[in-house]
Amino acid sequence: MRDSEIVEKINSALAEEFELDPASMVPEATLFEDLELDSLDLVDMVIVLEQTFGFKIREEEEIRSIRTLGDIHAFVIKKTHQVLQSP
Amino acid sequence: MYRVAITGIGIISCLGNDVRSVSEALRLGKSGIVVDPARTALGFRSPLTGRIEAFALKRPLHRKHRKTMPEFSLWSWAAATDAIQMAGLAPKDLQNDQTGLVFGCDSSCQAAVQQADLLKTHGETRSIGSGWIFRLMTSNITMNLNTILKTRGACWTLSAACSSGGHAVGQAADLVATGRQERVICGGAQEINWETVCSFDGLGAFSTRTQEPEAASRPFDKDRDGLIPSGGAAALVLERMDLAKARNAPVLGEILAYAFSSDGAFLSMPSLDGLQRAMQQALKRAEMTPSDIDYICAHATSTQEGDAAEAENIFSVFGDRCPPVSSTKSMTGHELWMSGASQVVYSVLMARGGFIAPNINFSGPDEHTKKLNIVTGTLDKGPGTVMCNSAGFGGTNACLILGFEA
Repeated sequence: MRDSEIVEKINSALAEEFELDPASMVPEATLFEDLELDSLDLVDMVIVLEQTFGFKIREEEEIRSIRTLGDIHAFVIKKTHQVLQSP
Repeated sequence: MYRVAITGIGIISCLGNDVRSVSEALRLGKSGIVVDPARTALGFRSPLTGRIEAFALKRPLHRKHRKTMPEFSLWSWAAATDAIQMAGLAPKDLQNDQTGLVFGCDSSCQAAVQQADLLKTHGETRSIGSGWIFRLMTSNITMNLNTILKTRGACWTLSAACSSGGHAVGQAADLVATGRQERVICGGAQEINWETVCSFDGLGAFSTRTQEPEAASRPFDKDRDGLIPSGGAAALVLERMDLAKARNAPVLGEILAYAFSSDGAFLSMPSLDGLQRAMQQALKRAEMTPSDIDYICAHATSTQEGDAAEAENIFSVFGDRCPPVSSTKSMTGHELWMSGASQVVYSVLMARGGFIAPNINFSGPDEHTKKLNIVTGTLDKGPGTVMCNSAGFGGTNACLILGFEA
């Protein structure tokens, strides 16, 4: 899967789950302030990403440093490549 | 003590999703009872139920709110916002320490079952999702309405079986009467789904008159064979009378008294004196005598023992001079946790509409119910005073007396 396709898939899944306006889903959008998500939403965000991409990310330390939509894109792209490369 | 005005009402019931259609159904004596074939397939004795038809949120809620709200909480939102609109209160009027929320509710069973099913499906708790813990609490109505409406006073849901709604309206009235709150949005709500009532059905408590759903709920009738589970949400805005008048609010009626009692006897059988004590105390608090009551909006649910006990309790208080009595459950079925609050809404609709709703499906009394003055057809004169009874498992009773200016 190309990176642009991953980004599109992430945005589509999050837009549906959180009823986000696609116009607001720019990489620099912060999750809490700009997209108005809260700590409960982050629980559901992890579930949605895991179900969309078929991997487990909830125990990953790196998730804690995610602040923006762009951080999610980068994290999932990296994780997807890791999964593909693993034997 | 302050006088307590009713300035707004809202209702989502099997008779309709707004006050106008519900009022019309009450006047016409229309039943909201249907057959749910899925219950038969599941192994129910009775597939009869009330059903909310074609419900849609007039005032949409964001997903962030909806995910913590079960269906009956959405009904409560719709009923509460209709009541607030009728009362002419703006959002900012509610966002203060003097505005509270008190609802009656005694289960959120379907949400609890669904979260357990999700765990079994996914095999780990972290995949269940964040909304379920809030949905499955019985207090989900008031906790959600509080975060949406941003009220800052009383905020709790009380549980007292089938008198939950009656006690909620009564306690809200007390909070206003004693000056602890200037206004309280109150009511009751009841989920409608098979999960909540399956073991209740197993007790043999429900009517099995499946061939005639509209005729199945027959409170006080000699041929009654059980209740029909139903539900929805009822809401009222109660307000200090002096403040309501000062802002020229529509005063729909007044809560003249609230009284409670408990039987101290049986779990599922009402006593012969519990409800009577609540009625007598309510009359005393309102400084009224039995002859001052124009209409009794009875609790009667269409069970043999319950209706007989209520009839005897009413007879003990009113004797041979019984005012017109009807049970709106003849049309709605038993709205359980909601019923004590919906009876108040239905009574306000009768007073405003200038009628008393009939106790439909009444073909004749038994030895107990013959002591009552049952309303068999719509009366074309509205009540000036109403006594609303409600009673619940464990023998918890609420009695409210309402007053309406001519």
